Amino acid sequence: MIILRILVLGVALLLATGPAQAQISDGVVKIGIMNDQSGTYADLAGPGSVVAARMAVEDYGAARKGLKVEIVVADHQNKPDVGSSIARQWFDADKVDVIIDVPTSSVVLAVNQIAREKNKALIVSTGATSDLTGAACSPNAIHWTYDTWSLANGTGSAIVKTGGETWFFLTADYKFGHDLERDTEAVVVKNGGKVLGKVRHPFPTADFSSFLLQAQASKAKIIGLANAGADTTNAIKQGAEFGIVRGGQQFAGLLVFLTDVHSLGLEKAQGLLLTESFYWDLNDQTRAFSKRFGERHRGAMPTMAQAGVYSAVLHYLKSVEALKSDDGPKVIAKMKELPTDDPVFGKGRVRPDGRKIHPVYLFEVKKPSESKGPWDYYKVRATIPAEQAFRPMDQGGCPLVKK
Amino acid sequence: MATQALFGQLLIGLINGAFYAMLSLGLSVIFGLLNIINFAHGAQYMMGAFAAYFLLSLTGLGYWWSLLLAPIVVGLFGIALERTMLKRLYHLDHLYGLLLTFGLALIIQGVFRNEFGSSGLPYAIPAQLTGGYNLGFMFLPAYRAWVVVFSLGVCLATWWVIERTKLGSYLRAATENPTLVRAFGINVPRMITLTYGFGVGLAGLAGVLAAPIYQVNPLMGADLIIVVFAVVVIGGMGSIMGSIVTGFALGVVEGFTKVFYPEASNTVIFVIMALVLLVRPTGLFGRAS
Repeated sequence: MIILRILVLGVALLLATGPAQAQISDGVVKIGIMNDQSGTYADLAGPGSVVAARMAVEDYGAARKGLKVEIVVADHQNKPDVGSSIARQWFDADKVDVIIDVPTSSVVLAVNQIAREKNKALIVSTGATSDLTGAACSPNAIHWTYDTWSLANGTGSAIVKTGGETWFFLTADYKFGHDLERDTEAVVVKNGGKVLGKVRHPFPTADFSSFLLQAQASKAKIIGLANAGADTTNAIKQGAEFGIVRGGQQFAGLLVFLTDVHSLGLEKAQGLLLTESFYWDLNDQTRAFSKRFGERHRGAMPTMAQAGVYSAVLHYLKSVEALKSDDGPKVIAKMKELPTDDPVFGKGRVRPDGRKIHPVYLFEVKKPSESKGPWDYYKVRATIPAEQAFRPMDQGGCPLVKK
Repeated sequence: MATQALFGQLLIGLINGAFYAMLSLGLSVIFGLLNIINFAHGAQYMMGAFAAYFLLSLTGLGYWWSLLLAPIVVGLFGIALERTMLKRLYHLDHLYGLLLTFGLALIIQGVFRNEFGSSGLPYAIPAQLTGGYNLGFMFLPAYRAWVVVFSLGVCLATWWVIERTKLGSYLRAATENPTLVRAFGINVPRMITLTYGFGVGLAGLAGVLAAPIYQVNPLMGADLIIVVFAVVVIGGMGSIMGSIVTGFALGVVEGFTKVFYPEASNTVIFVIMALVLLVRPTGLFGRAS
């Protein structure tokens, strides 16, 4: 009798859980957008990334296809400990299936560990460390928009080739700054340039005057800014005050977002060379996407980080649909298998080491006289094809890549 | 490092110290005379910068008008706060004033960030103060020279008014024994309100001075205020001269740290604070109560 009962119960359980296994956990695909909602990096990703994610869910037509998608948002305050505890809470208690965006490389690497441990998925758009597809690569993670290697490869080599062969670095003193400095230094040295010195400044720093004096004293032709957000804009603004450019030195903003240029104003930012993988005014598709984005985000144009979130969410949902499951590593594998196609980056793919590839552009910031209106800031100097824009897979040291 | 380069760093340190001195002076005036720990000081500094930005973009009034008007606008805001909220807390422990002003600071910053984003708005250096001087050992931007001279003037004037004039003696007496001062026919509550307004106005003035150097950013005060509190603690809570001297001195110490060990430049002031608290808990210029 007891055996019969257990059998009945077992069959009932099987019926209940059987089909669900091959489907969406809890019937909902839950996407967690984790970024800096209130600090230095809030304008370049922040609430704009959430807008982009929502647009992706709508454009994908989740509701029409009967897929229930929910977006949750958290502010990691650029602190690895805060990011880690949010990730654990999301994965353990809140049934979040994938974490997307994540600026601040130190937080990226912490969350990467947790996603792997909990067997969930992570897609990084704003975070920059190229270690995510190198030593720290994981079957649970994809690096979507850009990385420190691609920035160095774009801006660094373009500047050395046009005569900027001596460098001095102002580096944000955490994982991202260190990686960006390392990757750029490698490019500079490879192209025959020389690094004369570097300063590691605390993150964030408001006053750069002391560091600028040191950079001036070095007599380097190029002052490489291995930092981001307000650190970069403050350094450039104060550099003008201290006569850096008039003294014959030049800034190289190694990571400059559209919102940084907007905040600096063209008067101060003109002539700056920078590397990005997206600009709103590239083609009809990007213009249409950006216009819709602007209507929902106070008229601002999307940064590459925000556009990357849109593209990542779109491809994630496509892969979930194809797989009919939201199981972390399986979806990531599916994402690597399916080619990508969206209005932001055009056609592309995800490499086995987790690197999403697409063309990357070297831009120059326009002069005030060249700009036709608000947000008309960049002109394209060079297009780096997708296959050359990112670090070759065999050089990253990613254990997932078979040699 | 060459001695010449060190001169440059010394000067830079003094310039940054000028901001610390002006802000910690405002805090000291407010604490010394009102016994309120004004945590909204950073937000009020930020409001000064925004006031300058709006005066320029909305009414076309430039830097020099802002220098006069922005502190008045921010000071009036402070007076409104004092009348409606702070005055209810005078009979309670310091902690309540601290919590109220801290909460206000979060709200003010949140509102500004929500409205204007986090990457800041541009504000140019006034035309008369662009360019700079080549001192041989460094290039000194004219604007920075102006900041250091102007703020030193403001600091010394404030010290003189409070320590050397009749008005100042009323103020100090009102802190010691408000009842007795009132017996002489002096309107003590009004005096306290105006003092708070003045302290807040100083923060607004520092904000205007800062606007052309930094981006006008909703978060500019939040980063600074913690350091400024450390300056006040090192100088001695409520000591006017103490906060001026320590403000400039710590600017110099921080400047040199940026040369020799830049990674520690945002912690060095707190290390000094810990040491001072261990050796002289009342601060370098404080009197034991």
